[in-house]
Amino acid sequence: MLNAESYIEITPASVVRNGQPIAVSETGDRMLVELYRRYAGDYPKFFKMDTLCRLGFIAAEILLKEPTANSQQPTAIIMANRSASIKNDTDYLATISDGNYYPSPSLFVYTLPNIVTGEIAIRHHIQGETAFYILDTPEQLETIVKSQKSKTQSPEPILCGWVECSAANEFYAKLQIIWNN
Amino acid sequence: MVYCIGHSIISPLGEGSQANFDAVQAGRTGLKIHTDRFADVEPFCASLFDTPQSFVPLCIKSVEQALVYGSLSMVRSSDTIFILSTTKGDNLDLWTSAQAIARHFCNTNPPVVVSNACTSGVCAQITAQRLLEAGMYRQAVVIGCDLQTRFIVSGFQSFKALSPEPCLPFSPDRKGLNLGEAAATIIYSQQPIANSQQPFWTLETGSIHNDANHISAPSRTGEGAYQCLTDVMDGVTPDEIALIGVHGTATPYNDAMEQTAIERAGLQNVPKNMLKPFFGHTMGAAGVLETILCMKEAERQKTQKPIHVIKMLSGFGGVNAAIRLKSEY
Repeated sequence: MLNAESYIEITPASVVRNGQPIAVSETGDRMLVELYRRYAGDYPKFFKMDTLCRLGFIAAEILLKEPTANSQQPTAIIMANRSASIKNDTDYLATISDGNYYPSPSLFVYTLPNIVTGEIAIRHHIQGETAFYILDTPEQLETIVKSQKSKTQSPEPILCGWVECSAANEFYAKLQIIWNN
Repeated sequence: MVYCIGHSIISPLGEGSQANFDAVQAGRTGLKIHTDRFADVEPFCASLFDTPQSFVPLCIKSVEQALVYGSLSMVRSSDTIFILSTTKGDNLDLWTSAQAIARHFCNTNPPVVVSNACTSGVCAQITAQRLLEAGMYRQAVVIGCDLQTRFIVSGFQSFKALSPEPCLPFSPDRKGLNLGEAAATIIYSQQPIANSQQPFWTLETGSIHNDANHISAPSRTGEGAYQCLTDVMDGVTPDEIALIGVHGTATPYNDAMEQTAIERAGLQNVPKNMLKPFFGHTMGAAGVLETILCMKEAERQKTQKPIHVIKMLSGFGGVNAAIRLKSEY
């Protein structure tokens, strides 16, 4: 991506920030909770979130916590994945199964993948653009982010990347800050 | 800016942009009470196709109907990108659905699916504009489509967001929203179609802002929507705006938020257009369908001056979006 300044990559068994591994003792969903306790800890709403939101939230938390050469707050949050909100959709479907119909409003609200961008916007008070795309590859997201011009004369930092959660304990995130022109 | 070179709407009110506009003018509505459409779901008021539709074929038909001013070879071209705005499609694999639509037209570019809750239809148009202006493609086929399912209706019922009767946007008596089904397509191009008989519309600018307030309730101050309106009003004055197509879902909080944002932006005297009483909330289709009908409505104003319309939307995740289009004869 253009002018990638810093990045965070999370798999169910590893966390890497700017090329440096971050030690974790847990794996999968429990690792996300471990990271929450280490890097946030003061935001109980985390426990209401579905896994996709927890993943994006904690990735943003680690990435934005690190002071950088120019630690300006992101002006936009642009994310994508291949499978939308499939994990939470499946969980919601279980609440409306035949013979056991108790639709859950707290699960329903997470049946949209863009909720993760909203959770991050709330946490970091970002009132700029938030957008979510369903794409085949991260390269497609790069094309979309590149097409977004800065609203001002100077480059603006965009928090962007891939956040995927296909099933329990199966996820992948790679977020970065890029500067548009 | 980019040029609108074709559009279409397929809804329970009819096929074609003009047929749907005429239906609205005649005061017809697709809303009615459905008692046995989905197992276990309580009766609900919605605008549904009489015959249940399949998502991909409906989208394909919508694109075919938008092609009257263009040509099939254009959508096949590697210069054309397909952008699908939807929230749920009719299965959970939305990208594969989008790919099937593009492949039907022999277009081999990987399609883009915009999934930005109820703002998706406007965000898809903004994405189209950016990709064309950046020179990455020459044409964009923007399709908005959603069909109602047991999944969606049960969810909105659990949220207590549905009105048991036809919705009343911006009314003090409003009780919630109605859901709806539709497919709508707008084709944008870097270039206008030569010798078109139609008044031509350009998508001038668009803006997306988050309230950063709550994932399922709009900001009381309308912050995100206000910032969107301020952005799209850059370079024009309120008296140049013929029409604002509001979201107008008829939920108590959404309409109050929009009213606040519109007043803060100094646009309270601009005529408003609200279409949910005719089509219900068509979710991923809403931004595309309602943009087309805003253009049709503004075209009735025969004037030599340029006409501007604004379409605004808000959705779950705290996201707001607005675009401004302009017509010149």
